[in-house]
Amino acid sequence: MNDFPVLSILGLLPFAAAVVVGFLPHGRELLAKQIALVVSLVMLALTVAMAISFEPNAAEPFQFVEKTPWIEQFGISYALGVDGIALVLIAMAVSLGPVVILAGWNDADDNERHRPQTYFALLLALLGTIVFVFAATDLFLFYVAFEVMLIPVYFLIGMFGRGQRTYAAVKFLLYSLFGGLLLLAALIGLYVVSARELGTGTFDWTLLAGMPIDPDTQKILFAGFFFAFAVKAPMVPVHTWLPDAAASATPATSTLLVGVLDKVATFAMLRMVIPIFPDASEWAAPFVVTLAVISIVYGALVAIGQTDMYRLIAYTSVSHFGFIILGIFAFTEIGGSGSVVYMVAHGLSTAALFLVAGFLVKRRGSSLIPSFGGVQRVAPLLAGFFLVAGLSSLAMPGLASFVGELTVLIGSYQRWPVAAVIAVIGIVLSSLYVLIMYQRVAQGPETENVKGMRDAVPREVVVFAPILALTLAVGIFPKPVFDVVNPAIERTYSFLQVAPVEPEVPVGDVTTDGAATDGEDS
Amino acid sequence: MNAAAVVHWSEGGQQVVSDATGVFGLTWLLIALPLLGAVVLLLGGRRTNSFGPLLATALVGVAFLLGLVQFLQMVGEPAADRSFAQSLFTWAPIGDFSVDVGFQLDPLSMAFVLLVTFVGGLVHVYSLGYMANDPDRRRFFGYLNLFVASMLLLVLASNYVLVYVGWEGVGLASYLLIGFWNAKAEYATAAKKAFVMNRVGDIGMSLAIMLMVTTFGTTAFSGVFSGVEQASSGVVLAMGLLLLLAATGKSAQLPLQAWLGDAMAGPTPVSALIHAATMVTAGVYLIVRSNPIFDLSDGARLAVVLVGVLTLLFGAFVGTAKDDIKKALAASTMSQIGYMILAAGLGPAGYAFAIFHLLTHGFFKAGLFLGAGSVMHGMDDEVNMRRYGGLRKAMPITFITFFVGYLAIIGIPPFAGFFSKDKIIEAALADNVWLGVAAILGAGITAFYMSRVVFMTFFGEQRWADDVHPHESPRSMTVPMVLLGIGSVVLGYVLYSGSRIVLWLEPVVGPEEEHELGIPVLAITAIIIAVTLVGVAIAYSMYLRKPVPVQAPLGTVVTRAARQDFYQDAFNESVFMRPGQYLTRFLVFFDNRVIDGFVNGSAALIGGGSARLRRWQTGFVRSYALSMLAGAVLVVGVLVLVRL
Repeated sequence: MNDFPVLSILGLLPFAAAVVVGFLPHGRELLAKQIALVVSLVMLALTVAMAISFEPNAAEPFQFVEKTPWIEQFGISYALGVDGIALVLIAMAVSLGPVVILAGWNDADDNERHRPQTYFALLLALLGTIVFVFAATDLFLFYVAFEVMLIPVYFLIGMFGRGQRTYAAVKFLLYSLFGGLLLLAALIGLYVVSARELGTGTFDWTLLAGMPIDPDTQKILFAGFFFAFAVKAPMVPVHTWLPDAAASATPATSTLLVGVLDKVATFAMLRMVIPIFPDASEWAAPFVVTLAVISIVYGALVAIGQTDMYRLIAYTSVSHFGFIILGIFAFTEIGGSGSVVYMVAHGLSTAALFLVAGFLVKRRGSSLIPSFGGVQRVAPLLAGFFLVAGLSSLAMPGLASFVGELTVLIGSYQRWPVAAVIAVIGIVLSSLYVLIMYQRVAQGPETENVKGMRDAVPREVVVFAPILALTLAVGIFPKPVFDVVNPAIERTYSFLQVAPVEPEVPVGDVTTDGAATDGEDS
Repeated sequence: MNAAAVVHWSEGGQQVVSDATGVFGLTWLLIALPLLGAVVLLLGGRRTNSFGPLLATALVGVAFLLGLVQFLQMVGEPAADRSFAQSLFTWAPIGDFSVDVGFQLDPLSMAFVLLVTFVGGLVHVYSLGYMANDPDRRRFFGYLNLFVASMLLLVLASNYVLVYVGWEGVGLASYLLIGFWNAKAEYATAAKKAFVMNRVGDIGMSLAIMLMVTTFGTTAFSGVFSGVEQASSGVVLAMGLLLLLAATGKSAQLPLQAWLGDAMAGPTPVSALIHAATMVTAGVYLIVRSNPIFDLSDGARLAVVLVGVLTLLFGAFVGTAKDDIKKALAASTMSQIGYMILAAGLGPAGYAFAIFHLLTHGFFKAGLFLGAGSVMHGMDDEVNMRRYGGLRKAMPITFITFFVGYLAIIGIPPFAGFFSKDKIIEAALADNVWLGVAAILGAGITAFYMSRVVFMTFFGEQRWADDVHPHESPRSMTVPMVLLGIGSVVLGYVLYSGSRIVLWLEPVVGPEEEHELGIPVLAITAIIIAVTLVGVAIAYSMYLRKPVPVQAPLGTVVTRAARQDFYQDAFNESVFMRPGQYLTRFLVFFDNRVIDGFVNGSAALIGGGSARLRRWQTGFVRSYALSMLAGAVLVVGVLVLVRL
């Protein structure tokens, strides 16, 4: 592996750019936007280069590793590296960078109190923290990034949001701080345990994963970690900050918040919770799976009843996160890899939904579903975007979400059949919340509400096209993603004691050479 | 040629699946051609307005020609060597589990390829005329191509996951086309209803796939069918019932039948292609394709038979009461598919006849729908048959083709439906007398409601609205009708003579099971024809001897119930929809007030009362800084403590 510190550059570049953009004088708004866009494209190029040189089946857990001592007294180091899971999530996040910047191009122009410079600086800073949070292999560094991440989101909602933005921002912050506090406490506990077990305390993942911890301590520490991530994910019943945040934030912010940032929680369940607390994970799995199934059904049902598009999308995410967590805690390769694909797919579908809804809301000045009607008559292209975004949310085959949903369902059925059977109801509920919203917004006769509404402009087409292309690519040919993710999932579950699931009647490979059939030839 | 794996059936001998080479290697192109059309038309925008519809039609035509070449080549191969597998790429490899994008072209899928591309091609041609003045016709043809591609994927897939992909694809195309004129709010609702009810059926498909992977580690036909004998009977029964659930959704069978009548909101060519000839028969395909599973489970087959027989009677009764020509035909479709499902449920005795009836029905029902569309075209989109009457003179070609389809569906020899329906009734009789009686009764009712349609539309006095001037449709519409009409005449005999269809499908579904009939076949045929003629006679006395009132009479309790589809919507509404709405409303309230209320309440409590919470909200930056400071102090404090 080369020594080029690609992850540091990927993470620090947007911070540097944020400083520059933030201090640009009045009158240079356009330049601020352009810098932000260029930087996000450079990040994308770096990520592509990184993905190309990534070796899926490498022996060591992390690649592009960097490690420098940071706070040596506590065994804390600035340690970065990615496995297949982190790589695809960073790739997803970085791909959405230029998209949200372009989508939010005019978001801050009408803001009386705050400058576009600030808006784009915050977006860039958020992108930077996202890279760090996925790339950190030192748990303390992860924690710092996890907490710092709150700051740009808080300001993005509080300064540039709409409606009850202050309430939403504070609620988001309090929830996150509360979860973060528990995480911190558990982290310190883990440090103490590591000091006892290993002689010197450490936050280094490579030393902590698989470290023997007595089961009772594991359970307590697990609880701290899990709660923090359950809030962030978010799972029922600690989810109510999300609809408020999504309803108040700009669509660009919501995309990064719900589509990317919340994935940190599910990512951390795979990265930290299972490898470091395997016994406790197995112990808690029935409880977690129950909560996940409740989230799936409850989130979808509440979504059906929403009248605000943004809140509706937020609740669909509660349901989708239930699927992701169900897949993770299935402890099967299919469920685990499926959950990672689901994370990517959900990032893309949420982006599509929030951003296209944002286009509509911008035109109408309202996010309430009843304030639309018959959009297809006046803006067919925009309505088409909205429908495709909805289809990706309801897991239409050909789109990425289908791959994730099907594999999560298969994988969880192998371990938790009852939970999977209940979760399947989600496929009916998702068709309801998507199609009811689409009908009320886009179908039916042209209403006064939408008279004269402009169809999609070129900038909006450019925003939507890459999301569609990516979701189609992953939907039609997901193999490259699986190839990268599978080894990491295998490693994650190797810390567990659970027996791998085997088919009851293995039929071997009968598709190619005819050698391995074990049915009798009559 | 590479001899590949052998697929084992329970009894039906062997079917060798070879790698697809030569013309069979082009199987992927069957799907790619219409898919290309859909992509070009839907993404190409207005630029493709001028040539799009023609391109879409041509692509389906080419796919048909390719299928025809493959068919002729396949006929030349020995019966046991007519299955070809093609794997394009690995879709989802996870550990030992893997899903390929792979196709299987065998006699069963070949039959569907020909049906879908031929009828599909004709419907495209017909639509060139029918949709000529629609401003959105490019989009219409794009959706039609999307449908053809998905349907071909469904029948050519070599594993259940890929079947599911096609299954959802046709569902999407159906949704888009039912709601094509969604400016009418109720059409949009009809589209949504169809999609959601199909998704209920998809639960069965999803669960079947999950069960297959858990049991066999694969969803490939080859793997599932070779392992199914070793699976426990409970698992096999569950798989059968789950696949049946999927089939009831897509094929509009009880209890998921309620969407089909409303689906007539779509343009009539759509009703002909998707909601009569092809997509709605996908459930029949699924069951016949899964014959190794159903062969092993009497329980699953019994359920299939029950669904089939109940739906065939249900649809037939509904058909007697509808005044909307398309809804009458839709009820008829439901009923005819009931026959096919019934046949499929009879196992090896019926698989081939299910497909036989599916093929003949695909021709005559598509022809009938196109005829209905032609009538509507000439009658300013009037669908109420009480406003028709005496149209045979104004629209002679439409009349003749429709009449041929009519003779075919009621089973008058030697028209197509006679052979296929007769076979199903025989097989049902051999299985169980009551099944046979129900099937014969269904044939009588079919004769009644179809005669009613023909008499009310083409015979009797003119009951047209004032400003209507019926006229024959253009060539682009009548030519497809004529071709389908020819099929409705000859296809039955062609496939019947020499047991062609049975022998053709034998490599896939096994040999036909001999059945013992207590009475000679000719006697049965005579009874069926007699019952059919009684049905015609009753319709004659009611709708031709007597004038048809323009206002529908109130009718008996049964008529009113049938008119309302036996209150299926009222039932669904009161049992599922209303409680569902109350539930979601309650949960929204619960979420806002109870869960969020609890959170806000405790936040207020911790913050020392709501007044302080409000202060937090106003001075958000300061309070933020404050909370961060508190956090930081805590961090440092704990760190110091730990260090000590």
